[in-house]
Amino acid sequence: MIGTSMPTERTAPGAGVAEADQPVIEARKLDLTFQTNDGPVQALRDVNLTINKGDFVSFIGPSGCGKTTFLRVVAALEQPTGGEITVNGMTPDEARRSRAYGYVFQAAGLYPWRTIAKNIKLPLEIMGYSKTSQEEHVARVLKLVDLEGFGGKFPWQLSGGMQQRASIARALAFDAEILLMDEPFGALDEIVRDHLNEQLLELWARTEKTIGFVTHSIPEAVYLSTKIVVMSPRPGRITDVIESTLPRERPLEIRDTPEFLAIAHRVREGLRAGHAYDE
Amino acid sequence: MTDAVLSTPAGASGVGAALRGVAGAVVPVLVVVAAIVALWYVACVPMNIKEALTQAERAGAVINPPSAIERRDASAIGLVVRNPSHASATLNQERPRLPAPHQVGAELWKTTGGMVLRGRAFSKRSLIYHAWVTLSATVFGFVIGTVAGVGLAVGIVHSRVMNMAVMPWAIASQTIPILAIAPMIIVVLNSVGVTGLLPKALISAYLSFFPVTVGMVKGLRSPDSMQLDLLRTYSASRSETFWKLRLPASMPYFFTSMKIGMAAALVGAIVGEMPTGAVAGLGARLLAGSYYGQTVQIWAALFAAALLAAVLVGAIGAVQRATLRRMGMAQ
Repeated sequence: MIGTSMPTERTAPGAGVAEADQPVIEARKLDLTFQTNDGPVQALRDVNLTINKGDFVSFIGPSGCGKTTFLRVVAALEQPTGGEITVNGMTPDEARRSRAYGYVFQAAGLYPWRTIAKNIKLPLEIMGYSKTSQEEHVARVLKLVDLEGFGGKFPWQLSGGMQQRASIARALAFDAEILLMDEPFGALDEIVRDHLNEQLLELWARTEKTIGFVTHSIPEAVYLSTKIVVMSPRPGRITDVIESTLPRERPLEIRDTPEFLAIAHRVREGLRAGHAYDE
Repeated sequence: MTDAVLSTPAGASGVGAALRGVAGAVVPVLVVVAAIVALWYVACVPMNIKEALTQAERAGAVINPPSAIERRDASAIGLVVRNPSHASATLNQERPRLPAPHQVGAELWKTTGGMVLRGRAFSKRSLIYHAWVTLSATVFGFVIGTVAGVGLAVGIVHSRVMNMAVMPWAIASQTIPILAIAPMIIVVLNSVGVTGLLPKALISAYLSFFPVTVGMVKGLRSPDSMQLDLLRTYSASRSETFWKLRLPASMPYFFTSMKIGMAAALVGAIVGEMPTGAVAGLGARLLAGSYYGQTVQIWAALFAAALLAAVLVGAIGAVQRATLRRMGMAQ
């Protein structure tokens, strides 16, 4: 399944098979202005972006550049004040009701009074899955994030990295096609982070999900993504969209190749340009 | 094999550590109790010295100074210094200003354990009977107060109108001295034919609902915005958010505020027994003691009330530990 049509399209973006490039998330002239006590703050201005099925898209930029806000608009947690956005061809609200996406937050946010298995069941309970189907889904996603045998443990019995994996499992539990991740590994140390990045790529390859990933880290963004969206603050806007030329198969060592460093350099340039504009 | 070898010394040191832990907890408590008792005995001497000297004089002893009027104006400590041989008499008076600890202890035993041994635990002279009367009003009022407190908190958290309309009244209700409002509640309810347990229980409820409301509002609002957003991504309803997130998250707050509520309910029940000419209950016992100058009886009733409070709050603590352990939230 995985090894056939998708990677060819990924290594040669734009030139790929016609049927593969299905847009999943499309934003046109998206604006969002927050009304605060200090006056209006433009969190997003004129954001145009298309995310295709199976893409791994990273959003990178300094604090306040609107990367998290954009993800929250996709998830219908914020309402845009202008422009259009569709998720699976629907409004974000409709997409949410049709269970189009799973959301992973910066902190694992597992309920301390529920075991890992019961935490993963939480969305399933709310969405009305039957008891037997709940068990099946939990077993499957626990395996997916390499946490088999930990279902009966309480969150405090797990390390921070394992807790974050459990929260990814919770987001995957109800088979959403899109996975939105808001700095999921931001609070973890470098070593755990490397490991989780590798696992996330594996999981992405196996499940063929479309992933939107917010990060502060240039290496993380370059290592993971097929498309890197560089953003800059005040007002939050997109300054560069980089299509990655890296192969889909990515060992950690790829981070030392000239190709990887070239992309990282372009991301850094984009970030610097955005910053200079502001001062 | 290695497990067994390793576990033995670990187990032994575990027991040793546990024993040291218990000793470490008990010794400071005993030291503090001993210090309080010692201070109490010392305080009894000057507090009771004038009465002791008057009685000794009547019995024919020579007192310094001999004039009762001079003694009235003298300082108590000065009298003790000048009449050291009469100090011991201050600890065994029938109606002392300040009864000595052993007198209170003897009275407590006489009206509790002693009555049980004679098979009269629920006689009107027994503190067990009076404590039971107070306990039933306390628990009844506490249940009413807790239910009302939780109900108000749920309303306040879910309705902006209730938040603005109810909270100021709840706070205002607690600024009225309970001593002022308790007789009115009793009298008003009595005039409409409600007597017995309920009026006292309502005074208890009046005091105990407030900490529960405040604690539960805080507890139900304790989930952070990330946890609420997570449920929004599942399109969860308000009732699902309540049952699956807010309520379980509020449990630690719930138990803490119930402990405060229980202590307040006990105070309410005792206060409710005072203005009514009630003949039963720890409050009635306190009042009767003060009418007849029975200080030993007052102190015994006070200690009974304190013990009752300790037992009730301890019981909530036990339920708290069991519940939080079951929920996996105990450390």
